[in-house]
Parts: sequence; structure tokens; C-alpha cells
Amino acid sequence: MFRRSFLASAALALALGSAANAQDDPTKVGFVYVGPIGDGGWTFTHNEGRLAVEEAFGDDVETIFQESVPEGADAERAMTQMALSGVDIVFATSFGYMDQIIAVAEKFPDVRFEHATGYKRADNVSTYSARFYEGRAVQGHIAGSMTESNVIGYIASYPIPEVIRGINSAYIHAKKANPDVEFRVVWVYTWFDPAKEADAATALIEQGADVILQHTDSTAPLAAAAEAGNVIGFGQASDMADFKPAPRVSSILDIWGPYYVDRVQAVKDGTWGSVDTWHGIGDGMVGIGEITDAVPADVAAEAMALKESIAAGEYHPFTGPLNMQDGSVWLADGEVADDGTLLGMNFYVEGLSGDIPQ
Amino acid sequence: MDLSSINWVLLIASLMVASTPILLAALGELVVERAGVLNLGVEGMMIVGAVTGFAAGLETQSATLGFAAAAVGGAALSLLFGVLTQVLMSNQVATGLALTLFGLGLSALIGQGYIGIRGVEVPEVNWGPLGDIPVLGTILFRHDAMVYLSLLLCAAIWYFLQHSRAGLILRAVGESAEAAHALGYKVVRIRLAAIAFGGACAGLGGAYISLVRVPQWTEGMTAGAGWIALALVVFAAWRPGRLLLGAYLFGGLTVLQLNLQAAGVAIPVEYLSMSPYILTILVLVVMSSGRARAALGAPAALGKSFHAAA
Repeated sequence: MFRRSFLASAALALALGSAANAQDDPTKVGFVYVGPIGDGGWTFTHNEGRLAVEEAFGDDVETIFQESVPEGADAERAMTQMALSGVDIVFATSFGYMDQIIAVAEKFPDVRFEHATGYKRADNVSTYSARFYEGRAVQGHIAGSMTESNVIGYIASYPIPEVIRGINSAYIHAKKANPDVEFRVVWVYTWFDPAKEADAATALIEQGADVILQHTDSTAPLAAAAEAGNVIGFGQASDMADFKPAPRVSSILDIWGPYYVDRVQAVKDGTWGSVDTWHGIGDGMVGIGEITDAVPADVAAEAMALKESIAAGEYHPFTGPLNMQDGSVWLADGEVADDGTLLGMNFYVEGLSGDIPQ
Repeated sequence: MDLSSINWVLLIASLMVASTPILLAALGELVVERAGVLNLGVEGMMIVGAVTGFAAGLETQSATLGFAAAAVGGAALSLLFGVLTQVLMSNQVATGLALTLFGLGLSALIGQGYIGIRGVEVPEVNWGPLGDIPVLGTILFRHDAMVYLSLLLCAAIWYFLQHSRAGLILRAVGESAEAAHALGYKVVRIRLAAIAFGGACAGLGGAYISLVRVPQWTEGMTAGAGWIALALVVFAAWRPGRLLLGAYLFGGLTVLQLNLQAAGVAIPVEYLSMSPYILTILVLVVMSSGRARAALGAPAALGKSFHAAA
């Protein structure tokens, strides 16, 4: 609360300051973050995107941001405040802001809104997201190739399509690399709770997992892996480079900077329009962090080849033949999953055990 | 369902580790509440302890100094609460809540430079051959010193409250500040001391998360442990023995549900997550019903301000 009101008054001071020299007229860009910048994961990477915008445009742009804005009514207040302070474009970086964005966007038709991971659009509202499941495919390949116990632990956050896609993609490619592989999924119902993530990792390791995949934001699972020894893991959202070369053997990177720069440029050029963007490795929105020496050279080379073929569009991580968990056919041989199914994915593929909590 | 993949011995060992932060914080809060003060700022003091402990441990490369600094940090923050509520007579509930919010912000500020860094190593206590005893050795003799300290502290607080003169005075202050004052005891001073002790314990609990359980610093990392500690004190009916039991039960539920999931047992996660709070409510209902009410044991002057009228 203290920090938020401090930032709010800072934002107000910035707004007053910019009103004084409005003739210079830099493009004003607002960012709404769901967590603290210091989370080392999701919000951290969006802030890196903001810094990329500042670097690309220098004095021609002015950015403001608000951290730890709760999803729900408070987000509406935060975005209204930003709109009133004269921003040209707002990037709202959490799924749960969706209805608030639509409401605020109606009131401020001259302000453009960009909503990360949402699906509701309007004339002045765009949506954007990244195909993280492409990165999960590469991760799954490394995990399947490296495991010796054939047990891979997966720390999942919430049972939503985004997370389920990741589990399926990782499993499919781990299984290809190692037919004996088995996934143990633990749902922790949080994006960020280091103590709980550490406990989940420990529970998985105690039950024989020697690879830990995570869809939560903190580095706690890597710390638990480091303590256990002989267990590997991956950076999530950001590189988590402090745990190189092991347990962090690679990572999935969220790279928002180029997209943000593009969209701000579009505002400057007057070409901004409402779009729906879903970019992957090929477009540079998803990156694979350095694969360390802890991974055997041939596995690393295979992983890079997989990454390249996905980037070039030659290979789609969800290519048939693939069955659903109950054995019914999902994709025939050579068939590729369509985006609609992927966006609403609520089922496991064949081979995964357990149920998705409803 | 395959329960055989769960290693129950390791589970009990990690249960003890998972429970230690809330046990430490709740022990401190128990003493504070026994002195008649309700400090809802446990979460804030824990997170400040977590960051000062992590930072001091890293700078000095000594886990001991880290824990010491965490205790000092937690106590310092709690004294802010103490001065506001005991000297300036502010409302305890509001001040406690403010302390939590303040602690979260302050810790984020202090922790700026420490995000994502590896912390100092906390060694396990070497019990020699005892650690090699099958089952018992793994459960009891392969922990760091803080686990044992928390158990000792629990026993010490029990002895202090039940069998020492100073403990009797502290309880008197919590039952009737006026009466204690009339007997010549310095109510405000005693309460300030209790508050500082509670802050130090909360700080230690927070540091246990950032130095042992996770171990690293991230903003907001206590994630509600302070509130569980508060519920725990009520659950335990203000008794150290029950508190230990409750802490291991609460911590055990978390570890158990994660292990059950990892073993592929289909369990409704939501119910297990809320179970500590449901248990607390149930215990309250049972204890406050009818004749058993006297056994509830809440300090009579809990949460009431005391001002020595001239």
C-alpha cells in the first residue's frame, strides 16, 4: 500500500511535469504489473521490455509503471489514473485485468490498450501473448534425455490452458527422447510463493524426480534442486542465471522488448490498430536460454535443432499422431493442432497420469 | 493410488523443516498475547527478519550472524508497534495491520540488491553416530540448529510461563493490567519486553525461510506464513505444548498434500489448503461452547490498551 501510493504520487508528479513541457510531446507509455519487479520472473521480464522501449526511443518516450496491482477493481483505478495522466498507450500485463481494461478503454477511446494473455479486444484494445509451449518442447527434450530415474517432476500453478499446454508439450517431447519417462505433476495454486514452491520441489525430489520443471515464477525450486544435488531444473520466464551451470541447465525466456518497441513505434507513426498477437520462438518472443555444459553435447545439439525447426516453422510441437489421455484420437498422423484448441486446452495427452483439477 | 513412492521418513523430516518458521513466529506471538497485547504484524516482522537475516548472512558469510540480525530486525520493527500502542495508545488491531503492510514495503526496499542471489550455507548439526540410526536418525538428527532451537524455545517458554515468577507476572499483566499495575508492576515495560521478544521470534522465523527453507531472498516470500502463525496461537489455546503440536500439524498438512500429489493421489488441493483455518475455527467453536468455555484460556486483557490513570 505504502509503495503503491508512493508510486501513484510519483506518477502524478510525472504527469504534472510532462504537462509543463507538452510541446516536446514524447510518447507516453504506461505499464501495469501484477507483481513486484523483483519477482525475478514474469513481471521482471515485462519491466525488461519497458527498459527496452526507453532505450530504443530515448527522450522521445516517457514510461511510467505501477507494480503489484491486484487483479480486479483496483486495476481499473490504476489504469484510469494512467489514462488521466495522459498516456498514449497502456500495457497491462496480467490475464486478470481483462474486464477492467475493456471498461477503462470504453471511457478513454483515445488511449490504446495492450492486454497480455487476454482474449477480449476492442477498437483500442489489442491482445498479445507468447507461445511458451514451443519453449516447453525444447525443455521437455532436454529433460527426457537427461533423466536417469525416468521420473520428471512438474510444479504447476493453476489448471488453465496456458499451464496445461506447457505440461503436454514438455511431456510429448520428453517421451520422444525417452519412452520410459514418467511425469509427476504437483499443483500449487500460486504463481509465486517461494516457500511452497521449495516444498513442492523437495516433495518431488524425495519421490525420485531428478528433473524439476516449473511453471511458477520464483527461483526456489532451483535452490531446492541445488541443495539436493544431481537434480536439474530450468529457468522460468527469466534466465535465472545465478544457478548456472547446474541445476539450471537452460531456460525459457519471455522477450517482450521487441513487441513493445514495435507497438510504441506504431503509435508514433499513427499506424496502431487492434490486433491479436501470439508469437513464438520464430518471432523472437520466446527464447531459449543458454544450454550449459552440464548437458551432454549431443543432447544440446538435438535441443538446438528442435528449436531451429520450430523457429523456422518446419515443426509444430503439437503434431499428430497424438491421443488424448483416455486413448481417443486427438490428432491424426501429420495433423497439426489449431490455435483454437490450443487456447482452450483442458485435457492431458496420452501417457500422462492423474487428473487435471477442475 | 500409490502411496509406496512416498518416503515417510523423509516426509516427517521435511515436515519439521516446513513447520519451523510458523512455530518460531507463533511462539513469539504467544508470549505477546499472554501479556495482553494483540500484534497482527507478525507477517511484517517475519518478512523484515527474512530480508535482514539473508542480507546479514550474506555480507558476513555467517548464518549465525544472519539469524542474530534477523532477530534484531524483527524486534526493532516490533518496538515501533510497541511504542505506538503502549506509549501513544494507538489501536492495536489497526497498528498491527499497518505494521504488516509497512514491513512488506520496507523489506522490498532493503532487499533490492539481494534478489536472486544465493545465500549463505546453513550447516546441519553434526550428531556423529546418532545421525546413522535408521529412521530416527533421519527424522531427528539431520537438521540445522534452528530446528532444535525452536524445540528448546518451546520448552523454555512453557517453563517460563508455568513455573517461573516472571512468567506469572507476565500472565498477570495479560489477565488484568489494572490489577498488576496496582501491585506495582510496570505494565508498559513488561508488555514492551514481550513485544520485542515476539518480534525477535518472528524475525527468526522469517530468516528460517530465507536462509534454510527456500534459501534465497524474493519479495513477499513469507506469503502468508505470519497469518498462519496467528491462527496457530488461537488454535493452541495460548499453550506452548499444543502450539508445537499445531505447528507440526499445519506444516505437515502442506508437506503431505504436496507429497500426495507427487505420488499421483487425486486429492482436492483446495480443501487441504484451507484446512489449517478450518481446524482453527473448529477448535474455537468446540472450546468456546458451554462449560468448556473456561478452558479457552484467552488472556482476559487481550487487545485492551492500558493507561495508568493518575
